[in-house]
Amino acid sequence: MNVSAPARPPSAAVRGRARPSRRQALFGWIYATPTAVFVAALFVLPLLLVVKMSVSRWPLLTGDQGLNAPDNFTKAVDHRFFTDSVVFTVKYTVIATVLLLALGLGMALLVQESSRWNNLLRASFLVPSALGLASASLLFYVLYSPYASPLAPVVERLGITFLGSPNAALFSTVFLIVWRYAGFYMVLMLVGLQSIPADVFEAARSDGASRWQTFRSVTLPLLRPTLALTTVLCVTGSLLAFEQFYILTKGGPDNSTITVVQLIYMIAFQGQNDLGVAAALSVIVLAALVLINALQLRAFRSEEN
Amino acid sequence: MTVDSSPTRAADAGSRRPAERAPTRPGSRGLTIAGVAYRTPYWVFTGAVAVVFLFPLVWTAVASVSPQAGTNQVTGWGFGNYTTLAHYQAGVWRYLANSAFVSLLTVALTLLISLLGGYAFARFRFPGRNILFLLTLAILMVPYATLLIPLYVLLNEVGLQNSLVGVALVLTMFQLPFSTFLMRISFEAVPRELDEAAKVDGCSSFTALWRVLVPAVKPGLITVGLFAFLAAWNDFMAPLILINDSERMTLPLAVSNLRGQVQGVVDYGATEAGVVVLALPCVVLFLLLQRHYVRGFMSGALKG
Repeated sequence: MNVSAPARPPSAAVRGRARPSRRQALFGWIYATPTAVFVAALFVLPLLLVVKMSVSRWPLLTGDQGLNAPDNFTKAVDHRFFTDSVVFTVKYTVIATVLLLALGLGMALLVQESSRWNNLLRASFLVPSALGLASASLLFYVLYSPYASPLAPVVERLGITFLGSPNAALFSTVFLIVWRYAGFYMVLMLVGLQSIPADVFEAARSDGASRWQTFRSVTLPLLRPTLALTTVLCVTGSLLAFEQFYILTKGGPDNSTITVVQLIYMIAFQGQNDLGVAAALSVIVLAALVLINALQLRAFRSEEN
Repeated sequence: MTVDSSPTRAADAGSRRPAERAPTRPGSRGLTIAGVAYRTPYWVFTGAVAVVFLFPLVWTAVASVSPQAGTNQVTGWGFGNYTTLAHYQAGVWRYLANSAFVSLLTVALTLLISLLGGYAFARFRFPGRNILFLLTLAILMVPYATLLIPLYVLLNEVGLQNSLVGVALVLTMFQLPFSTFLMRISFEAVPRELDEAAKVDGCSSFTALWRVLVPAVKPGLITVGLFAFLAAWNDFMAPLILINDSERMTLPLAVSNLRGQVQGVVDYGATEAGVVVLALPCVVLFLLLQRHYVRGFMSGALKG
């Protein structure tokens, strides 16, 4: 590594400036062909098709019935659950993101020092993330049930239910998500913390900064790239929430926990069977997601300057 | 959580090495009486948090074999709930086989494609290289549902409706951004001198890849395979949309449908057994390959 590192940049630069040889390009393409085929057939083509579907009448059973733009988009926006699902998805996203990032960072600070005990802690925080979201949702479906839950007697005495009211259902789901993902965000935060040079903390300490001051004015600012990455990941994941609500709350009670992706699934395959409207809603979600992520990245970048 | 393997070293090489995690407080690790007294609240608190994370898993495993009204295990401890699960519709073996088939095919395809693709992106210059790489990463930006609806139509068109192969192809595509990226940085971490020496000795680029580079990027391959397996084994939405036939359902779908089969009464015991069967391979793989698992998360974080 030490021998090759100084030699590499110049040689790479020479190679970059030199005319790429035909042979090299040919072999490059041969090795990249499987990737190109998959990306073209299973990503680019469906992406084009979903745009076409969004402007066509496209029932589930009969297929393409010709263009009808912009009917699908007006139908999607006028859907009786559209506003409710958007509001609910945003609300869920804000709660889940704030909690996951705060807890992820807190847990990372807790287990930051390397010791046998901390390694054990990290492993136990991380185990749930190996489970699938569907398995985790099924697990909590039983854990929250009034019959099988070990918490049932306590809950009954307090007169509350886990999934009975809209707010209880929302927070029960958030707890499931925190359980499943907090370890994942802890690892990302640990990576960020490790990349802060130790001498910065050293300097803060010799200047007599308290722990809280160090955290606020040294750790947090230097952690900004990690915070940007985790925020984008968490917001994207939460906006596209599906399994946890589909399995755990089934959209209830009283259709209060329907997310946007669940609405897409309902329109496409449950009852309405209209792929055109579902495609239109998918295109709207895609556009919103691209916009939101661009805004987030810009916000983090402008703060930096 | 030791950072010592080659792929992450590549990512570190550009920036600084991660700071060695030394104990920051003097005396905090000493096993003096004062040290123990000072650390006890910390141990109690963190231990309690760990219990919160482990409790649901342990509880499900225990509850699945414990007596419970309304299940197939009313009195005494035993595997009654697993018997229910075994005889559910096409039988749990069928669903296990379906899930195993989808997972292994996804792992094999992901490994093959990302190995070749990572090699191409790391070692060759060809027209369209950057565009193809960016397109591959762009898969991450597109919502699952946005792609699954047209994929449902497309797979019907080519006769892959209701097909486990179709599901595996789709899941492989969703794995490509992570796996191509990870294999690319794995190859870039291997000194070029290694394969150039092999070529001077008369190896073709393929022999150099197979004989020299594959052993060098093995940690990356393990991480890619592990993540592909976990994603495919656990995936719910792709089979939900692409599979209609109850004979071809994967395990997560079958366990989810298992609830409320008998006149709307949920068999919680059988659901617990299903969760245990679903979770067991994941937890075992996690414990065996913990280091590779963590590295997968880290490589993503390091390159942002």
